[in-house]
Amino acid sequence: MTPILTATDLSLVYPNGNGGLQALDRVTFSAQRNEFLCVIGASGSGKTTLLRLLGGLLNPTEGEVQFEGERMIGPRRRIGFVFQAANLMPWRSALENVKLPLELQGTNSGANSRRAAELLKLVGLVDFENTLPRDLSGGMAQRVAIARALVHEPDLLLLDEPFGSLDALTRERMIFELLRIWQMRKVTILMVTHSIWEAVLMADRVLVLSQRPGSIRLDLEMPLSRPRSLDMMHTPEFGKLVDQVRSAIE
Amino acid sequence: MTALLPLVAIGVALLFWEGVARWSEIPLFILPPPSAIGERLARSIADGSLQRHTLVTLSEVLAGLALGAVSASLLGYGLAKSSTLEHALSPYIVASQSIPIVAIAPLLVIWFGPGRLSKVLISALIVFFPVLINTIVGVRTVPTELYDVMRSLRATKAQIFRKLEVPAATPVLLGGLKIGATLSVIGAVVGEFVGSDQGLGFLINVGNGLYDTPLVFVAVITLVAMALVLYGLVAMLERKVLAWRIVEVG
Ligand SMILES: Nc1ncnc2c1ncn2[C@@H]1O[C@H](COP(=O)(O)OP(=O)(O)OP(=O)(O)O)[C@@H](O)[C@H]1O
Ligand SMILES: [Mg+2]
Repeated sequence: MTPILTATDLSLVYPNGNGGLQALDRVTFSAQRNEFLCVIGASGSGKTTLLRLLGGLLNPTEGEVQFEGERMIGPRRRIGFVFQAANLMPWRSALENVKLPLELQGTNSGANSRRAAELLKLVGLVDFENTLPRDLSGGMAQRVAIARALVHEPDLLLLDEPFGSLDALTRERMIFELLRIWQMRKVTILMVTHSIWEAVLMADRVLVLSQRPGSIRLDLEMPLSRPRSLDMMHTPEFGKLVDQVRSAIE
Repeated sequence: MTALLPLVAIGVALLFWEGVARWSEIPLFILPPPSAIGERLARSIADGSLQRHTLVTLSEVLAGLALGAVSASLLGYGLAKSSTLEHALSPYIVASQSIPIVAIAPLLVIWFGPGRLSKVLISALIVFFPVLINTIVGVRTVPTELYDVMRSLRATKAQIFRKLEVPAATPVLLGGLKIGATLSVIGAVVGEFVGSDQGLGFLINVGNGLYDTPLVFVAVITLVAMALVLYGLVAMLERKVLAWRIVEVG
């Protein structure tokens, strides 16, 4: 099967006064359809940069990204993006925020509302359709952002540390919610995270970025069974995977 | 109770004023007592002159406000989006602000005649700057993260304008409009002072010439009321449009 996403020798140099700052150095990997990938690396290793390249928000200095066999030159509708912050439109209710991608595609409005309501239900926010972002907690806002990224049924979902700002309990709940959604929707997920156990627990494969300039240090399969559970974290197998990832980061 | 305090304060002040004006040797044309002003007010309403002149000024003010606000927000948007345009025009815009409006008002009356048009233009000019600045600030401070959201969803330029820039810039824009609303009244009156045969500014001129000081007070009070009503209307609009921003207290 051909991969849904391929990155080939991706390099990115941010222009600055003296010769530019190299954020990524020849990153190469590919993602299979329906795969769950986690990208992990130290702060400043270029994770956000990589995600922006994969989502077409940024063009590489060298190399190329292919999405479904085509070279990527700009954002694609079939890629959903969840940013590090929820980035909701503060003047729109939760439902209206989720509706935004459909509105921009110019589809029928009545159907849009029904579809957006379904998505809110999927992320467990049935009673918050008319709530404004200022009245949502951080975790709820992030779930609205996930619903918004999924509403137009993308084939690929890119998430940039989506749980970074959440407390430990909400974070655990969100991890399993995202896994549940992934299994229901059959969408390819590439998620950036800071947390090793989160990556091992969720992913089929973990990519480790080296210190800046980021390049792929490790590309490791997580041969744990599905569905995943918190109990798995206490198995020796899990511990071994965590150690492997950790030693690649250090 | 505290809401009544301003009323009590003005009541006391009016009584004091009445007392001083009545029992001192100050002639009526220098300091008329409130009762004489009230009488003059009733008389000018009875003969319909106050309404007529108020309507003239009001029409100039509304036209000036609309013209100034619309042209300033259009140009402001252009300046906010194009740094070339901003660099080309901003020296002149800033310079134009150092010219006092009373200095160019006579010119405008000469060029555009003593009719309403010159007043509308003077009013528009004085409204222009605060609305322009606030539009630029409003558009410039739209969060870049929200642009990323729109871009990742492949929004067109027109969609970004309608669904992001307009709602995001509206709070600041309305702030400028609130200042503009009160200034527009000043602009129209300055124009009427310079040359006209109708309007509240004209009425003040007439009152001065005839030593009819109560009439001057009547015209001034009407102007203040007009400015307050306009300000109140914009503030009401603000509350309606910006419900998403207002945090309920208590
Ligand atoms: N727009 C930009 N212009 C210039 N340099 C940038 C820009 N964005 C990021 N950088 C630099 O590129 C490097 C990688 O940044 P990036 O945000 O991709 O890292 P990250 O792995 O996402 O970090 P974190 O874990 O803290 O989010 C950093 O050194 C950063 O300072
Ligand atoms: Mg980052």
